Amino acid sequence: MISERSAGQASQQGVRTIPYDLLKEIAIAMVASLVVILALAIFLSSPDVPSVTIQSWAQADPVDFTTTANDELAGQSVTANYGPPYNHGTGSVQSIGPFSPQSWAGVHANVDQPHDFVINPLKRAASNDTQLGGVIKTYEAASADQQGKWHDAYATALKDATVANGAVTVANGDYGPVPVMLAVLVQLAQAGALDGLLLSSDHFYQTDYTKPLLFINDGGYVSGIAHDQHLTGNQWGMMNETGLYPGQTWLWLYTLWYQIPPFNQVSYGDLLVVLVMALLTLLLVLVPFIPGLRDIPRWIPVYRLIWRRFYAETKRTSA
Amino acid sequence: MKGRVGDESTGSWTAAARRQLERRLPWENLLPDRQPFYVGSWVYVFGVVTIAALVWVVLSGVVLAAFGPQWWHLSSVGRFFNSLHFWSVQVFFVFMVLHLWGQYFMASWREGRAPTWMIGVVTFAISIVAAFTGYLSQQNFDAQYIAMNAKDAVNSTGVGWFFNVLNFGQMYGLHVMLLPIAIIALVFLHIVQVRMKGVVPPIGHGAKPAVRWDLRKK
Repeated sequence: MISERSAGQASQQGVRTIPYDLLKEIAIAMVASLVVILALAIFLSSPDVPSVTIQSWAQADPVDFTTTANDELAGQSVTANYGPPYNHGTGSVQSIGPFSPQSWAGVHANVDQPHDFVINPLKRAASNDTQLGGVIKTYEAASADQQGKWHDAYATALKDATVANGAVTVANGDYGPVPVMLAVLVQLAQAGALDGLLLSSDHFYQTDYTKPLLFINDGGYVSGIAHDQHLTGNQWGMMNETGLYPGQTWLWLYTLWYQIPPFNQVSYGDLLVVLVMALLTLLLVLVPFIPGLRDIPRWIPVYRLIWRRFYAETKRTSA
Repeated sequence: MKGRVGDESTGSWTAAARRQLERRLPWENLLPDRQPFYVGSWVYVFGVVTIAALVWVVLSGVVLAAFGPQWWHLSSVGRFFNSLHFWSVQVFFVFMVLHLWGQYFMASWREGRAPTWMIGVVTFAISIVAAFTGYLSQQNFDAQYIAMNAKDAVNSTGVGWFFNVLNFGQMYGLHVMLLPIAIIALVFLHIVQVRMKGVVPPIGHGAKPAVRWDLRKK
């Protein structure tokens, strides 16, 4: 900033100019901002709540894990019915009338949740376990109708399940091979093996967490932690961070729409919010050309405060 | 080659580019040591501090990237650099938003400065995407939950087939390479525009800004 007090008198085209040192201003800004950033970093550090693993989920809430795995097999999870880009379901497809870019884009990251999340990991675990291999064969040999009855009955029984030493126990019933399969899956998960099995494909190096994240998201465990950390949608979670740290506060307007009708009442709320924000961003870019929007600064004279010295001097000169 | 000795540079793209650059961005505009006297408000500081914070964002990010995405979870020094990165991003956005609103209420797009405004807003929008991919790259619970929820909005627009927020490798690559390059390039263009056009005069001022380029145009 320039101090008018130190201003030398010079003039270009009728405008008085004053000395100005751009590089000194940049240097001062660099040092001042570094001091503030250093102080914040030293005294407040930064948030790092550990991520949820399949292992931590299965250990902390084996009933929720087992219920979710049962839903994956039964085709009743969120992922099972999601739609593009993961599968051909319709449960999470958002459209506004015929406008449905999600459907138009199609399936590009295919997720076969019964096999990817449950059956394939169990088969790999069963490579040296003939008994487990037989149980899986029994399950796969059953009709879809029979499998559905087992899953429905087991889902009902899981509501009153008890946990002893990490194992899930339900009342006796006709659940077919499902309880045995899912008991092994819980053991795999609690041992940490399922984290690796869900991530691995045919490559040694992995960076794509699509499958484990979709699986974890289908359960209720993670949303409970998110609620405690005030991260859920109705808690303005998009602009929050874990703990008391500031998050993406610049997303306040994006987050605002999710709190009010019609955005929080329609099935295509996400698409509507994105379109509204895209339109508002475009309007902001084009402000210089939009009558009304470009005139607001003249109507709300904040500029008179910013340039108060200029206007005061102009007034003095004209007087 | 034909031509008189004095016209040796005629037809030279390089010479033409140099002449154009000299005409549109003379040194006294690029590194000014005088400014119109009305450039005397704290509002003008917001843009400079935004750039200063961006420098610290980039430098702390370079250190984090050099040691890898796991480092800051395992090392106290790494955690410190992550904290520097985290807070410099916060300072960057605070001052960028203040700069944006300040320039809006100064109607800074006046007198041929619309491109400067438009580049600034696009930079702001891309910075939001860059910060978003940064939050997704944290490899902690916040990153997980943001990814799980953001996927629905991204997928609803149809771009989920390419921009997969659940793919850490993709988000990390965008965050440490492509998006920073875009921001730095846009900020450079923004600054060049500001230096070329000069500081916007007060509303109702009447006179053209005192920059050499404008004088030469006449």
